[in-house]
Amino acid sequence: MARARRLVPECGPIRGPSPPPSGTLVSRPRTLFDKIWDRHAITETAAGDTLLYVDRCYIHEGVRHAFDRMQMNGESVRCPSQVFAFSDHYAPTHQRHLGAAASNDPAIRGMLELADANANRYGIRHYGLDDPNQGILHVVPPELGITQPGLLIVGADSHTSTHGALGALAFGLGASETRHVMTTQTLWQRRPRNLRITVNGQLPFGCTGKDLVLAIIARIGAGGGVGYAIEYAGEGVRSLSMEGRMTVCNMSIEAGARAGMMAPDDTTFDYVRGKPHAPRGDDWDAAVAFWRELPSDPDARFDHEVFIAAAEVAPMVTWGTSPEHACSIDDRVPDPAAADSARQRADHEVALEYMDLKPGQRLTDVPIDRVFIGSCTNGRIEDLRAAARVAERGRARITAWVVPGSMEVKRQAEAEGLHRVFEAAGFEWRAPGCSLCTAINGDEIAPGERCASTSNRNFQGRQGKGGRTHLVSPSMAAAAAIAGRLADVRELGGNG
Amino acid sequence: MEPFTTLRAIAAPIDITNLDTNQLCPTRFNKIPLTDPDYQRILFNNQRYRNDGTLTDFILNQPPYRDARVLVGDDNFGCGSSRESAVYALVAFGIRAVVAPGFGDIFFSNCTKNGLLPVVVENDVCARWRAALHEAPGLELYVDLEALCVTGPDGETHTFSVHPTIRERMLAGLDDVGITREFDDQIAAFEQTHQASMPWAFRSSG
Repeated sequence: MARARRLVPECGPIRGPSPPPSGTLVSRPRTLFDKIWDRHAITETAAGDTLLYVDRCYIHEGVRHAFDRMQMNGESVRCPSQVFAFSDHYAPTHQRHLGAAASNDPAIRGMLELADANANRYGIRHYGLDDPNQGILHVVPPELGITQPGLLIVGADSHTSTHGALGALAFGLGASETRHVMTTQTLWQRRPRNLRITVNGQLPFGCTGKDLVLAIIARIGAGGGVGYAIEYAGEGVRSLSMEGRMTVCNMSIEAGARAGMMAPDDTTFDYVRGKPHAPRGDDWDAAVAFWRELPSDPDARFDHEVFIAAAEVAPMVTWGTSPEHACSIDDRVPDPAAADSARQRADHEVALEYMDLKPGQRLTDVPIDRVFIGSCTNGRIEDLRAAARVAERGRARITAWVVPGSMEVKRQAEAEGLHRVFEAAGFEWRAPGCSLCTAINGDEIAPGERCASTSNRNFQGRQGKGGRTHLVSPSMAAAAAIAGRLADVRELGGNG
Repeated sequence: MEPFTTLRAIAAPIDITNLDTNQLCPTRFNKIPLTDPDYQRILFNNQRYRNDGTLTDFILNQPPYRDARVLVGDDNFGCGSSRESAVYALVAFGIRAVVAPGFGDIFFSNCTKNGLLPVVVENDVCARWRAALHEAPGLELYVDLEALCVTGPDGETHTFSVHPTIRERMLAGLDDVGITREFDDQIAAFEQTHQASMPWAFRSSG
């Protein structure tokens, strides 16, 4: 079991070596990160603070704290056309024809209504409950072509790193920084260090981007990426689909890194081409020519490097309450007595007590009560296809939900007949939203219930107070639904 | 925001590695407006309250720790979700400084925007201080942002570093937006050149 390892000494949040003055011609080889950062640097102070220009800002209902403050101060949104709002966190995932009224909780309805009101007040495009493109803020912008390579994107959500999969620099903000971006279209940041994670070879049978990123987090730890922007590279990354790449970048923050990114390539361009907001005609050619210049220069220097052998990755599952508490499905629950340090031992003991697991227990013997397939990590079409391929081999023994990441994913899945596959196998086919990943829209698991979930956080109570979460890939989640316990998807013959 | 200069206050130990912001503010409280007079109840709500609303024996419920204005935590304090409500909850409870070996990036940034000072002190010092605070409840910590030093319950003083800009803004209680306004002309000029250099990204379509 990998020990959470600090890669740099601590001295603050975003730090790093003194960068060259921005805005000047720089001859040294640069990383993908450097190229986007430099292009967006308006000015830099002597103390090393860079004022960055923000191309896109993605928000959701929870941004109410930023709007409350703006209203108090009488501030307006500087560039409404560069802010995109989504109703996802509080979106009901059943009876959606009722709109916000589908929720019987007045506080939840209030948040949805407030999101509508704030978007109207500030002139922001809002993908609300009744919008044909409603969905999660990290699923919709890529599928509409709003997210593009080379952009600097921020979001009022820690999983904004997702958009880095398209070769953008994207990171999450709290409410104060979101307010700063909405009112000035800029953000003060200190340059983070560059960490490259190179994945050599291709992932084996049964493994997906989710298994890869869980393996990476287990290796470097939940704090291993603090202070870094991660670039994922190597054949194991290039061979992933856009959906798989987004899953990997999505969970960068679970290793502590605010941003995760990947070089744009033909897979990226093929994905973006033809999307409603994608460049067209001459614009397209100019954009692609620019995008092709973005990948890190061959001799660019990274502050730290990690190498992963893809062949050694197996289908992963978390056993504890931090994403770093992850191991392969054919492992056993670790024994805290074997931990690297007293602190790790204490941490593992608390986690196992909360999860009600015994050291040495086979993970495939762990019974499961609920299954959740969805979220900004794994709610895209490829994820649903992978889960459906497993679902059609059996029947769910337990309550299993499939929640598409967006209306577009839902339409596409239905056009492919995936909803019928799920329903025939006893899975519930629901409406798009964050649902059981963040458990704030009324969807939650009961105290003591154990859920195999394709989401991103297995924190205590994340899916409902007292609930227990095991993070897995979509096909592993479907396998768990059929087996009624954690199961090795490779034994069911399903591929990732 | 409220300026931060020095603070001498009771400290409470929090012995949780990778403490995530879901623990500091469980998600169901994200919708509570800051104007709620009892916002402090949100902090560690799952650990501090039983389902019937009565208090547990969680450390922040015990005297004298419940009067703590400083926490001494463990590595990667405040990881996970970007929710600033985790910081609002700490501040509402009365916490003005957190001492830990390391912080989640977004949490760290959120703290500095709300007058809550995150202080990075090395691992074994934090471990010693947490042990001392358990042993003798009610001991104080002294944090001096002016002098960049922190004195623990054992009387040992350690220096810490904070980025000069953060220090300056927290000492004066300055709001970033006000500072950025001074760059308005530069921003407007940059914006024009920048958008013209990648026009495809700024045309309205779809």
